Amino acid sequence: MSRRRRRVELPIPALLLAGTAVAFFALPLVGLLWRAPWSNAWAYLTDDTAVTALRLSMLTSLCATALSIAFGVPLAWLLARVDFPGRGAVRALCLLSMVLPPVVGGVALFFALGRRGLVGQYLDEWFGITLPFTTAGVVVAQTFVAMPFLVITVEAALRQLDPRLEDASRTLGGSGWYTFRRVTLPAIRPALTAGAVLAWARALGEFGATITFAGNFPGTTQTMPLAVYLSLETNPEEAIVLALVMITVSFLVLLALRDRWFGAATRAATVAT
Amino acid sequence: MTLDARIGLRLGSLDLRVELRAHAHEVVALLGPNGAGKSTILRCLAGLEPVGDGRISIDGVAVDDPAAGVFAEPEARPIGFVFQDYVLFEHLTVLENIAYGLRARGVAKVEARRRSHDWLDRLDLADFAHQRPQVLSGGQAQRVALARALVTNPRLLLLDEPLAALDARTRASVRRDLRDHLASFDGMRLMVTHDPVDAHALADRMIVVEAGRIVQSGTPADVTAHPRTRYVADLVGVNLVTGVVADGVLTTQTGARVVIADAVDGPTLATIRPHSVLIGRGDGVASSARNSWRGTIVDIDRLGERVRLVIEGELPLTAEITAAAFGELDLRRGDDVHASVKATDIEVAPA
Repeated sequence: MSRRRRRVELPIPALLLAGTAVAFFALPLVGLLWRAPWSNAWAYLTDDTAVTALRLSMLTSLCATALSIAFGVPLAWLLARVDFPGRGAVRALCLLSMVLPPVVGGVALFFALGRRGLVGQYLDEWFGITLPFTTAGVVVAQTFVAMPFLVITVEAALRQLDPRLEDASRTLGGSGWYTFRRVTLPAIRPALTAGAVLAWARALGEFGATITFAGNFPGTTQTMPLAVYLSLETNPEEAIVLALVMITVSFLVLLALRDRWFGAATRAATVAT
Repeated sequence: MTLDARIGLRLGSLDLRVELRAHAHEVVALLGPNGAGKSTILRCLAGLEPVGDGRISIDGVAVDDPAAGVFAEPEARPIGFVFQDYVLFEHLTVLENIAYGLRARGVAKVEARRRSHDWLDRLDLADFAHQRPQVLSGGQAQRVALARALVTNPRLLLLDEPLAALDARTRASVRRDLRDHLASFDGMRLMVTHDPVDAHALADRMIVVEAGRIVQSGTPADVTAHPRTRYVADLVGVNLVTGVVADGVLTTQTGARVVIADAVDGPTLATIRPHSVLIGRGDGVASSARNSWRGTIVDIDRLGERVRLVIEGELPLTAEITAAAFGELDLRRGDDVHASVKATDIEVAPA
């Protein structure tokens, strides 16, 4: 269908609108490149704030991705395969943070896991664990907003999977776990990769929930987006350099995974509607 | 070796209630229209669908008996399952596909590969060992699916529409292959099909299922001669004639000649529908029908407003005529008749 549509020539007004849209996305990037302090770029990149923030961002976003995979894949499996009452409501609940303003998510996390929070007070009292304003808190905030992207992608792949593949494995003597490992997982691997990258990109860019729940302490909770925001007030040139670094990383990831990502994302959208 | 199954199950609009039994020496075909519950029966036997009530036992060992709280998971049953369109694992090589069952059951990798290689050699597929199943033709994929199911030496082999995925051209040769492979397997063999030609060609016994109930069971010849329902009469109970075609004439093993209209050559399977057979008394009169054989009525079977005649003679046939024609001709058992069929009414397929 889409192939047929591609052959139809786009009317001029539509072309103009589409061109404007491309410009709309390209202009901010050009603006940054234009204002970038190229002569000092290397100095900004290697200074303490930038390196620390970048390292922290990498560490926390990768941890958040790992947690998203560990919990998200079973959750996707539950939503795709187990027919239980209220499944629709559970799915909506688990995907809520995709559409929630991140700051709201951060506030909610604070009242749940903060030192006086619903669960947080016991974490503190019984285990001595404090999440807010720690690096672990950053990971929690990022996981909270990132995991739905993995869940929605993997769930779509599981729904698309021919259930008879798993049946075949069972009749060949494969237990449930063996079947999952040898058949299900390899079959959904492209979607899992795509979902993990989406989740990682979301975690890397996380700002609102992080600053609300984890604060903005250089070295422990100040991730790249926070550093960009902060330096905008103190040193705009540095903000531009840091922003360009983030844009480059994200752009390269999207470029490298464009086929898989678009494929899986389209499928996810089809299932979601 | 025996399979004993009493299956009661409600699944959506399907109300399944069947009782069946299979032995090691026979190939049993489950036949029926779409949605009759044939595939569900296979799934129950494999443990992919638990029965609502009833009992399934393989060699006297219960594998599903809700009343006694017994349910063996599919992986714990001595079965092999060949799925419709084969469902090979596309992320594994052909060799790994076959070795899968052995690996899943804990056989060491080297040993599993060796045994799988033996199977590939036997099936003439050694060249494909390290390729992905996507490159296989329909017939090759079926052989791999069969090897994958048989490599673990199951007691019960279940085949779900094993020929449905093939086009008419390859179907005949794959059917022939399948018959040989089925013959060389010494366990119980149960096959689901909606195609009576496949059932006639492959099965020793047919079980016809309609709307969740078994309506008839018996040898193909028996079912053709005495169909119990309209569906069985129209779709299952057909005359199947095998022979070799030369110059538009099929010659059977017993020497009977059948003129056909299609341009085929070599071993051929001809289907003659009982209602296409015209019956006349005496020596026969001149007609446009290209085929006319003499015979004797050995059996008469009434099915509603129609009558089935079983005729022995040059070409053993079952004919179906209306009750009115039957009365007018005043036919009785032992009467000599001639049976004629237009060449254009005979369907042929390479055998």
